[in-house]
Amino acid sequence: MEVFDIFLLEAVVNGILLGGLLALLSLGLNLIFGVIDVVWICYAEVIMIGMYAVYALHVQLGWPLVAAMAAGVAMVAAFGALMHQFVIRPVLSAEPINQLLVTGGMLFFLQAAATLAFGIEFKNLGVKLPPIALGEMSFSLPRIIAFVVALAGVAATYLFLTRSYLGTAIRAISQDRQIMPLMGVDANRIFVVTSALGGALAGLGACLLVLQYDIHPAIGLSFGPITFLICVLGGLGNMLGGLVAAFIFAQFISVGGFFFHIEWGYVIAFAFFIVVMFWRPQGILGGK
Amino acid sequence: MLAVRNLSAGYGSFQALFGVSLEVNAGESVAVIGPNGAGKSTLLRAISKLIELKDGEVTMEGRSLKGVPAHEVIAHGISQVPENRRLFARLTVEENLKMGAFLPAARAKYHQRLAFVYSLFPRLQERRAQLAGTLSGGEQQMCAIGRALMSGPKLLLLDEPSAGLAPVIVQSIFELVRRICHEGYTVLIVEQNIRQVLKVVDRAYLLETGRIKTSGAAAELLASDAIRRTYLGL
Repeated sequence: MEVFDIFLLEAVVNGILLGGLLALLSLGLNLIFGVIDVVWICYAEVIMIGMYAVYALHVQLGWPLVAAMAAGVAMVAAFGALMHQFVIRPVLSAEPINQLLVTGGMLFFLQAAATLAFGIEFKNLGVKLPPIALGEMSFSLPRIIAFVVALAGVAATYLFLTRSYLGTAIRAISQDRQIMPLMGVDANRIFVVTSALGGALAGLGACLLVLQYDIHPAIGLSFGPITFLICVLGGLGNMLGGLVAAFIFAQFISVGGFFFHIEWGYVIAFAFFIVVMFWRPQGILGGK
Repeated sequence: MLAVRNLSAGYGSFQALFGVSLEVNAGESVAVIGPNGAGKSTLLRAISKLIELKDGEVTMEGRSLKGVPAHEVIAHGISQVPENRRLFARLTVEENLKMGAFLPAARAKYHQRLAFVYSLFPRLQERRAQLAGTLSGGEQQMCAIGRALMSGPKLLLLDEPSAGLAPVIVQSIFELVRRICHEGYTVLIVEQNIRQVLKVVDRAYLLETGRIKTSGAAAELLASDAIRRTYLGL
């Protein structure tokens, strides 16, 4: 019984670690939707691009890992800004279905581009970090790093949004887009900054995922849906809700996977999602 | 200071203003009065470039605003308090004021102007950490005016400051407007509460169905038969 409890505790802690990472992954998507009112269906594929960028710079070009990661974050941030300017901006006032089709199209475009550039083989950084033993429990070091860095990223985003002029404008524009010019704010510039920030968060997420998982062109499909569901569960566009939902989801996956099979963890999490959607379609903290 | 020449504007194929001309001199407070739907708010939106001009010209201190995008109008010293206040309801009072100081030139004077706005409206300082959406109507109007003052404007545009407020609050709003004028701001105010606004401003223009019908000193208009009969019901 004691061993059982230790493993349960390990599952709970792993769930918390996973929750931090999921919170970061969903934050950028949530931010972009909350401010610009467009869902980037291809957000996970943007993360995938970041993973390949780190791989290409570190493995193929031989850059030091930290430099490759910093450059990867910058590249995905730039990609986010370009994505807004050339893909989102033209459909900004179009029907939501057209916006979904455009960002959905980007999903396949990015998958195809990654396949052309890197092939369909699994790639990895070849970085092996030892597990951390804590009594009878053992935790993966990449997961701990991912948790700490992800929370730091979430905290930095929070400080930027609440303390800076640009961050305050980002929150303001999500409440009243039309009067922003009266404040001297160029709405499109705020959208570009928001998209770049969303891209930077995707890039940071990519750096953390690439330490744990192999890269392949379809990897976005393994965490894209869950990222999106977390945003919806928390209340699409509600960043605090997304944070709470990420940790709830992660516990279902981790503890559910402990009691049953790991795949069942996902099944339970998605079943929970469906039940919550019947009860609160606007999400747990949504409905402003 | 502000000169509007022969301005025509509207929404799509609907034209709301037909060749409107008016002038506001430095230090003056001027009202544009008229019934609902006369085009008063459209006039302020056209000056702020929130809508396109079909014809005519707006100049501020001799500089034409032709080709100036909406978000750069405020850099010319024109700040607008929009109709229905339009505060950011889920930002705090102080964050709303901060948005008014978004321009780099205004950021440098943020603390100084914040202290000024708080001295003008001590109530806002008491409620600085409160969400703007939870303020009373009168307090919201203070916050909206304070937000517009944070950019350090030369000309303040007020769009229907009394609209949607309880009659007892309306009185205090005009008291606010009077104080703003006394602070030395140049003010262009649009209002359908004609009797009240004419007691506050120096001059006024009467706008009807998109055209200036008459203009003159506020006291003169208040005494004129046409206005008394049509708008004041006397």
